[in-house]
Amino acid sequence: MHMMYFTEQPMSAYDAKAGLDYGATALTFSNSHFDPVEGSRLYNEYLEEYILAEECGADGIMLNEHHNAPFCMQARTNMFAAILAAVTKRVKIVILGNPLPLSENPVQLAEELAMIDMISRGRLVSGFVRGGGQEQLANGVNPAFNRERFMEAHDLVQKTWTEPGPFRWEGTHYQQRVVNPWAVPLQKPYPRVWIPGVLSKETVIWTAQQRYPYIALNTSLEATRAIHDTYDKAAADAGYTAGPENFGYLIRVHVQDTEEKALANARQFMWMQGEFTGLAHPVWANPSGYFSPSGRRGFVEFAVGRATNPRGNPTFEQQVADTMIIAGTPDQVIARLKYLIEHTRPGIMGIWANDGTVSKEDRRRCIQLLCGEVMPAIKAFGAGLGLKDPWEAEAPVHLRYSTDIPGRRVAAE
Amino acid sequence: MSIVWTDTVKEIAGIRLHITRGGNGPAVLVLHHDIGTVERLPFYDALAARFDVLIPHHPGWGKSERPQWLRHPRDIAAIYAWLLSDLNEPGVSLVGLGFGGWIAAEMASLAPAGYRNLVLVGAAGIKPPEGDIADQAIVSYIDYPRAGFHDEAAFAAVYGDVSTDQLEAWDIAREMSFRTAWKPYMYSQTLPHLLGGIRAPALVIWGDDDRIVPLSAGQAYARALHDATFTSIPDCGHFAEMEKPEAVAKLVIDFLSRR
Repeated sequence: MHMMYFTEQPMSAYDAKAGLDYGATALTFSNSHFDPVEGSRLYNEYLEEYILAEECGADGIMLNEHHNAPFCMQARTNMFAAILAAVTKRVKIVILGNPLPLSENPVQLAEELAMIDMISRGRLVSGFVRGGGQEQLANGVNPAFNRERFMEAHDLVQKTWTEPGPFRWEGTHYQQRVVNPWAVPLQKPYPRVWIPGVLSKETVIWTAQQRYPYIALNTSLEATRAIHDTYDKAAADAGYTAGPENFGYLIRVHVQDTEEKALANARQFMWMQGEFTGLAHPVWANPSGYFSPSGRRGFVEFAVGRATNPRGNPTFEQQVADTMIIAGTPDQVIARLKYLIEHTRPGIMGIWANDGTVSKEDRRRCIQLLCGEVMPAIKAFGAGLGLKDPWEAEAPVHLRYSTDIPGRRVAAE
Repeated sequence: MSIVWTDTVKEIAGIRLHITRGGNGPAVLVLHHDIGTVERLPFYDALAARFDVLIPHHPGWGKSERPQWLRHPRDIAAIYAWLLSDLNEPGVSLVGLGFGGWIAAEMASLAPAGYRNLVLVGAAGIKPPEGDIADQAIVSYIDYPRAGFHDEAAFAAVYGDVSTDQLEAWDIAREMSFRTAWKPYMYSQTLPHLLGGIRAPALVIWGDDDRIVPLSAGQAYARALHDATFTSIPDCGHFAEMEKPEAVAKLVIDFLSRR
């Protein structure tokens, strides 16, 4: 089992009251509330904490990016990935992920990722995402073509990584005269690609069709099982049987020496009033054309306040009871994680450990206990259940490299 | 007098285009807003009392099928030129409302002598010299249309409590606005340079409280067009034909009748 450490890199040093007064903590909430002195401090603290996570035993560091909001300070995930490539030695650098549709030049993205892979000596895991609705608006990218751009950019990056240049790309959303970057990935056929997500069925099916692992981002047990069912069926249609190596699960976990302290800090997971991506207008999160037409009718009613959020907004206590948030001493956390893992059987575990305004000392203690005590116990437990990660399972990087599908010609590596 | 309206469907550019038609007289093509159109409006009835009025649903809006390839209002202009050719209706007058005004201006610029008259009401399509065109992307489905009325009662008179069907139609309309006018938002950088060739006499009508397309855009249209008259309507927002149907209908009918 692969176990990785994650934090949103919260921009915790801002005036929370200003956000509440404004009524939103995303997209249009003014960056006049961003203090670069505090930003500089926090970036460097988060960097030190990643290094600590490696020292304490984490298999991977998971990175992401968001825009225009205090809940996440990473505006370019490749920046931190590049830094970690140089300052860490062992951990996988797991980008979950680069928002492909935001890129106007996917070849440049392929170049950057190839550089990160080479500098890290082959430790890159290159996840891709559609990017939330607010990310499209913050970057001026048309939400109505989000999924088309995602798939075309993926195909262009994949071809850039696997076929010798120069070649020409004449697509619908991207045209390139001379694709021939003098930077190619060290890992062959190309770095592993994992696809994180929360609910979109279309993305789960596409991911299974590629044979990429799907990482469920803090979904409920019930939703996670539904994702597995959808993936399993699409995998069977593609000719293979999905296993634990095809599934990952990100869960919020906070560990301290005492349960009391762990629970107090874990409340910080609710610092955005329970909204993952900050307080925002529904049409920012789901601009027209971004979401599946099947959900249109329900969404428009929610967007004008006539229906409740289909995702709900459970309290902290409910989320602890439902294993959506786990907090406690190492022993307590290990017991809860075992329960979760038995019921979801992932080969990849992301631990979102610190959020909001948890103090530097407590963040570091959490990382020490998590990576030093919890992760080894869970990895041993996972091994007993036969939960292999993609490396242990020697899973193909993409469906086209499968050797277990009868009648399928294996692509050259 | 009650107008008989009939709905027809024409195959144009690979899609099924919905057209509502009513009245008698010289032909007038009315092009609706970015938010689509309701089935009947007093403004449409007033025009149909004097003219043969054609009101298509823009491709992808309302009951017209979506062309997946559609990328720009100029594409919609070409679809309507195709429609008029198929209907054997040369020399119609164009009445463009808001976003539909952009399409009308594109049509006229592509065929400078092709249309009898051009009427633009709060037209998008050119960058306002002062102010910006309001961005519907960051406001709710109801707040955007509401912002296009000077008086909230006028909004309520047209849309009432706003049905879920209407909300869905607005979401689809918004998606089509994004697919055709995302960047630059709601204007063309080339259209202003092509307006000078238009030979059709033009009437430019603007609500004096248009919070969607600034009044300065209307004045810029009037300056760029060869033969244009600019008129503003007091206490009126962007959706002028819905907020002040009688005033707008009178201006349009008088203009179209004297030519």
